Amino acid sequence: MTPPWKFLLAGGLIFAVLAAAIYFPILRRRVKRAAKLQQQSEEQARRELTQPIAMNPGDPRVKAKLFWASDTIDSTLVPVTVELPLSNDPVLRSKQVLNTLLAGPVDAELRTLPPDALLLAFYLLPDGTAIADFSEALATSIPSGIVSEQLAVNSIARTLEANVPRVQRLKILIHGQEVETLAGHLDLTGTFVVNTKPVQAPTPASGALTPDKAPGKLAQP
Amino acid sequence: MAVVAGVAVSRSQTHSPAQQPATGAPQSPATQVVTSPQGGVAGSVASPFGAQAQPNGLNIVVLDPAHGGTDPGARGTGGIRESEIVLDFAIQVRRALELQGFQVVQTRQGNENPSFDDRSATANAQRGAVFVTLHISSTGMQGTARVYVNSDLPPVAGSSGLIPWDRAQAPLLGLSKTFGDLVQGFLAQRFKGSPDAAQTASVRQLRTTAEPAIAVEISSVTVEDRAELDRMAPGVADAIARGAAAFKPSYIVPTTPGGLP
Repeated sequence: MTPPWKFLLAGGLIFAVLAAAIYFPILRRRVKRAAKLQQQSEEQARRELTQPIAMNPGDPRVKAKLFWASDTIDSTLVPVTVELPLSNDPVLRSKQVLNTLLAGPVDAELRTLPPDALLLAFYLLPDGTAIADFSEALATSIPSGIVSEQLAVNSIARTLEANVPRVQRLKILIHGQEVETLAGHLDLTGTFVVNTKPVQAPTPASGALTPDKAPGKLAQP
Repeated sequence: MAVVAGVAVSRSQTHSPAQQPATGAPQSPATQVVTSPQGGVAGSVASPFGAQAQPNGLNIVVLDPAHGGTDPGARGTGGIRESEIVLDFAIQVRRALELQGFQVVQTRQGNENPSFDDRSATANAQRGAVFVTLHISSTGMQGTARVYVNSDLPPVAGSSGLIPWDRAQAPLLGLSKTFGDLVQGFLAQRFKGSPDAAQTASVRQLRTTAEPAIAVEISSVTVEDRAELDRMAPGVADAIARGAAAFKPSYIVPTTPGGLP
């Protein structure tokens, strides 16, 4: 004859297993939700810390050329004209156009940069070398490959070339650091040619491109 | 500074424009020699996988299946990993090249991930070789293939006869373009929508390679079925092999081990 305490123990164990089977999936969902919320709040905090440079309505409205992917020709860039109030200060102006580029075109399929990438800082040296520091998402969220990485860098370089004539070369940093490649392919150790024309005083956006010296080419390893 | 066969090679230095001579007279081919970062003598050292440099002509193709190990490269939604596919492609490319009479050296045989410099060192230790790095993209029109050669690099100049490791590809860009255009031409015949000529891009792997060097990128890991990519492998292999064979007569291999043509 089985002692009654054994029945009680077995019943208790079965109950515990059933309770766990019901509760664990709920717990897992809650943990996932909490992690997602935390991730979102971190992203929100980052965005608040690196607020895009606000457009000053007092600045002259100019037709800026932004380079996004073409919807007709595979893996090429096309200029899109957008009327924006842009500062005459080359650093502010660069931040404004790059933030607009990061915000993306109307058709999200034509983006060249990941939607969660941020411009953390932008500097312009007296010799015309621009240093653009992007968040890690630029490297981690971009589709890996020569085509996609080159489109990303070229869209940045050509947008700067078209709108900020003072920028001659571009150095890209990721989270303040020099990295070897963008996402395993494109070389980020050097600077990219942006504009081969002599440095001039800031002027309203110019769309002139120099096809023989294509922007985005690595100038210095 | 890293050195190859009497050649000092700078690996980690990033040169500012001010540090680079704007122009420079080309050096005598006989005096230009490139060394590996490990200091091995270019052209006279057996590769890690056994191929020996040959005395005359273009004999060796260094195949570089990109990524590997902890770096899967591009990843498709169906679990397709670039690092695995390029290794499978390399088998077919190797076979096609060997049928054309080339020796093949691979920078990796399995699921490991040599550094960019280690891969270049494997390539630069060969004499009479060309370099082909294989990639699968995440984007682009499916079923197409693109060949890339390195973008312009500052010219190699100086009286030391040494080629900086960081710009080992600089004196070979013209030959790389010729080789790339040939391969791209054959790829365009096979894969509609592919460009007719090789493109330029700042591909990190090519910069430190002291041989005619190209990157071949196939589109893409976004295919629904991996078999679609597998079906491209014979055509890619054939195009690379025919391109190498067509390039062979135009490549004069330097007489000095590791020297420039």
